Amino acid sequence: MLDADIRLRLDRLNLDAVLSVQPGEVVALLGPNGAGKSTILRALSGLLRLDGGKVELNGTVLEEPAKHIRVVAEKRPIGLMFQDYLLFPHLSAVENVAFGLRARGVNKREARERAAAALERLGVAKVAEARPGSMSGGQQQRVAMARAMVTEPKLLLLDEPLAALDVSTKTDVRRQLRATLRESHAANVMVTHDLLDAVALADRMFVIEDGGIAQSGTPAEVTARPKSRYVADLVGVNLLRGTARGTALELDGGGRLVTGQEMSGQVLALIAPHDVSVSRDRPDGESSANVWPGQIGAVDLMGDRVRVRVDGTPSITAEVTPAAVDALNLDAGGQLWASTPPSAIRPYPP
Amino acid sequence: MARSGQQAFNPLIAGLAAIAALFFILPLTGLVIRAPWSSMTKVITSSTSLDALWLTLIASLATTALALVFGFPLAWLLARVQFRGKALVRGLTTLPMVLPPVVGGIALLLAYGRRGLVGEPLYSAVGFSLPFTTPGVIVAESFVAMPFFVITLESGLRSMNTRLEEAARSLGASRLTVFRRVTLPLIAPSLLAGTVLAWSRAVGEFGATITFAGNLPGVTQTAPLAIYISQSSGKIDEAIALSLVLVVVSLAVMIGTRNRSRRSA
Repeated sequence: MLDADIRLRLDRLNLDAVLSVQPGEVVALLGPNGAGKSTILRALSGLLRLDGGKVELNGTVLEEPAKHIRVVAEKRPIGLMFQDYLLFPHLSAVENVAFGLRARGVNKREARERAAAALERLGVAKVAEARPGSMSGGQQQRVAMARAMVTEPKLLLLDEPLAALDVSTKTDVRRQLRATLRESHAANVMVTHDLLDAVALADRMFVIEDGGIAQSGTPAEVTARPKSRYVADLVGVNLLRGTARGTALELDGGGRLVTGQEMSGQVLALIAPHDVSVSRDRPDGESSANVWPGQIGAVDLMGDRVRVRVDGTPSITAEVTPAAVDALNLDAGGQLWASTPPSAIRPYPP
Repeated sequence: MARSGQQAFNPLIAGLAAIAALFFILPLTGLVIRAPWSSMTKVITSSTSLDALWLTLIASLATTALALVFGFPLAWLLARVQFRGKALVRGLTTLPMVLPPVVGGIALLLAYGRRGLVGEPLYSAVGFSLPFTTPGVIVAESFVAMPFFVITLESGLRSMNTRLEEAARSLGASRLTVFRRVTLPLIAPSLLAGTVLAWSRAVGEFGATITFAGNLPGVTQTAPLAIYISQSSGKIDEAIALSLVLVVVSLAVMIGTRNRSRRSA
């Protein structure tokens, strides 16, 4: 298993992340651009030097600056798959895949046979003799996958493995990747900024923000209770932070809501956009709780629904039908009233 | 309708282009027409001509070898390593490309001549002096030709994606294996182009050679020098014959390397 405590400074990034991954487990690192996800992979692979901490794989210390231990990248039992694949343009697919075996001392014939078998398993045997330049994106992705895995690494690092694919091939390749990772005995670490990839492929996910781990857990746990605005936006929910006193919630950014659940102290509160109603006039007949005005912000089409941002105290995203967009004349801008029932506000500890 | 990427015929452009093409074709045609075909073998196999051709071959190959041995590390440094004064180093080492070769010859004399900066202590220590020797020819040719190799290779190294080397390392390749199996094949086209440029520049070198190494038949008289001397002393047939040899060799090298670089592209 992988035990890592990665500490390093790089330009404006101050990285400090602790993660452990079991053999056969798939862990996703999810986070915004520049948060340090790819840097973690480069540090684990040995292409970047740690300033502190420790990387240990199956009981062997690969790097520990305090003890001046550092195994160079080429001596680590890892497989690394790059976002842009970095296939060698002057070598055929089978030569690309055989490269790692050859470099590790496997003889030419056996290396070619194992490389060909790996391409076969991933369904790209027909491009074995082709150069990367004449392959499709999906084929290149599979060849890169085969190249990273054929040496049977103890630690497999995948940097945005699906990001370079177009939507039509992505689903297909994702399914294949899932099956392949299920069979691997390596500790698998995958960087992604796509929540769907993380949910579909990972056993656990780490949310990386500003060089640290903001949240970790199974994809279900993280998406059910996001602890940061970044994850909440990915999941598509409203996340508010505040102080609870019984069912009263005093929001950090101003404003006050009534929740359906008694809590006390600092809390996060989740409100699904479809639980937020909007109207041009102040709704009456309802209790005066959880009704507040705001200016119409961004209006986005999401499938067959429309999301409307209401900039007020607090700002919130509501989901309405396309018919309602017309009825409310949202294009004209102006003021809206947002409302949400207390039972739709789900508070939880931060 | 014109095919994409293909322009409509423009008589003005075509006319000017034809003049440009003729400008190059006519002198070469003249050379072929005026060549002393009947006495060709005799002229070329005269001892002066053979000596000059042999010396040209040896000196230009030695120059190319020196460019590979010393120019490669220099190009590597300029392309891959950050250091203070890099722009200055690049400027000075590539200056000979634009410097008149005669000036190069004078500068070489001042540095490596018997009374030169390095030449004087060298002469008093081992009694050897470069000017007017065959090694002197090689030095003169290197001074003029090596920059072409360095600049071509440097741009090749620069345009290469160095992350491919990281990918190779992550696959377990040692630094030597990375160089041999990834770097070298990827820079091969510019390596070849730089080598050919430097070699052909060395073959044609005149100014620096005659200034620094003189014009001693059999020792420092390369083919360009022999051509010039024959022409100015009225032996025009000899000049033309030797010129034709250089034309044929250059043409062969150009065609050969062009096919190779096309295949690897």
